[in-house]
Amino acid sequence: MKKKYSIFALIKNSLSYHENWQRAWRDPEPKKEYDVVIVGGGGHGLATAYYLAKEHNLKNIAVVEKGWIGGGNTGRNTTIIRSNYLWDASAGLYDHALKIWENLSQELNYNVMFSQRGVMNLAHNQHDVRELKRRTHANRLNGIDCEWLNVEQVKKFCPIINCSPDIRYPVMGSTLQRRAGTARHDAVAWGYARGADSMGVDIIQNCEVKGIKRSGDSIEGIETTKGFIKTQKVGVVAAGHSSVIANMAGLRLPLESKPLQALVSEPIKPIINTVVMSNAVHAYVSQSDKGELVIGAGTDSYISYTQKGTHEIIEGTLKAILELYPIFSRLRMLRQWGGVVDICPDASPIISKTSVKGLYFNCGWGTGGFKATPGSGHLFAHTIAKDNPHTLNAAFNINRFVSGDLVDEHGAAAVAH
Amino acid sequence: MFIIKCPYCGERDHSEFSYGGEAHLIRPKQPTELSDDQWAEYLFMRKNIKGLQYERWNHSHGCRRWFNAARDTSNDKIHSVYKIGEKSSK
Repeated sequence: MKKKYSIFALIKNSLSYHENWQRAWRDPEPKKEYDVVIVGGGGHGLATAYYLAKEHNLKNIAVVEKGWIGGGNTGRNTTIIRSNYLWDASAGLYDHALKIWENLSQELNYNVMFSQRGVMNLAHNQHDVRELKRRTHANRLNGIDCEWLNVEQVKKFCPIINCSPDIRYPVMGSTLQRRAGTARHDAVAWGYARGADSMGVDIIQNCEVKGIKRSGDSIEGIETTKGFIKTQKVGVVAAGHSSVIANMAGLRLPLESKPLQALVSEPIKPIINTVVMSNAVHAYVSQSDKGELVIGAGTDSYISYTQKGTHEIIEGTLKAILELYPIFSRLRMLRQWGGVVDICPDASPIISKTSVKGLYFNCGWGTGGFKATPGSGHLFAHTIAKDNPHTLNAAFNINRFVSGDLVDEHGAAAVAH
Repeated sequence: MFIIKCPYCGERDHSEFSYGGEAHLIRPKQPTELSDDQWAEYLFMRKNIKGLQYERWNHSHGCRRWFNAARDTSNDKIHSVYKIGEKSSK
């Protein structure tokens, strides 16, 4: 049984110099057989295991992770959370996640530092203005809070944005979703890991999947670096490496894996009170609680699993950042990194059964999966447990590439991919 | 970041080139006879290999010609480049 984190636990443990805190999760060896094995111990995978145990009464569950939990894209994103998507299916999916975010710290008894500081999406030309106003209306019809700000309101809400009409891509307005914001990415993985572990889920790190054993059209188990694990249900949540796992099972997915970069500056005093994104000039920025500016760049055009991107991408992003925020011109950048993101042709995810019985995929989150972590886990758990999708993820099945029912969010996403 | 050896112009920085995706995908000869599954397979499904991949590049800021390359996607090392219609040596 996990001891609850509280102010009293903090005081009690301070008396023993914080040396006696309970382990947040165990480090078990794999058992011979599980009811469900989740491949990938990032936020989405751990959330899936958590909801399988909590809502579907499954107790014999393992999460296998080739590295350490939260060490992949969960620890590499810019932590932006929003649900202002254009299409009904996407709006339903992402707002489901946002609603879970709003109570997640309480539910997990783990502070995920969810901060509803608002997300702005800037418009820089007439087309952007029309497109973003249309999105504002679509969001409202779907019950999602979204408002339109004119240039004066933009300047008032976020004073450091350069609203001069003389810049190359002048700011002509912005949408604002006030319920949107950021969260602490590592805490999400750790909170779900602790929650899942307390319900008996085995989290097995440093355990890479090497093969998937099929008998005909159903799953028999997985080969890993820690031996064979027997199971009839495998849920793959491997982000950039989804195609690699799919190939092991003899499947092909409509995915391309590309490096996506981000960077942070040296820490400074609070200067930006919200998250600002811009599609046209491709830049987004927020400030972490440590004071670093967190800046997102774009993807490279080619497939690569290297977790590093090219310099031109960063250069382009920083040019845009400097034009929008001249105040940052003397700021030094501290670190830069890349993650491998799996992108679908319609820039929407896949949360789906496959043609192999007992094999499920949750992938294709591309450049924006972090925001969906709780909702993704919740719906994927439902799909695995019931062997049928939830109404909220029915549209995100893998068959849409055959039927043509794509959820085309490419143009509607906050930044161009 | 890497250098690509254009078969026509020689070694140039990769920023001069545009990526053209997986190579050797052949457009079906009789599209009207294809099932939806076969179309999806041709249009959307990709190997997305971690390892040696055969891919197309265009020297868009140079000679503007298309060619193929064999590149290891796990470390971005290019093993060979070859002209359209030729076969890879690796």
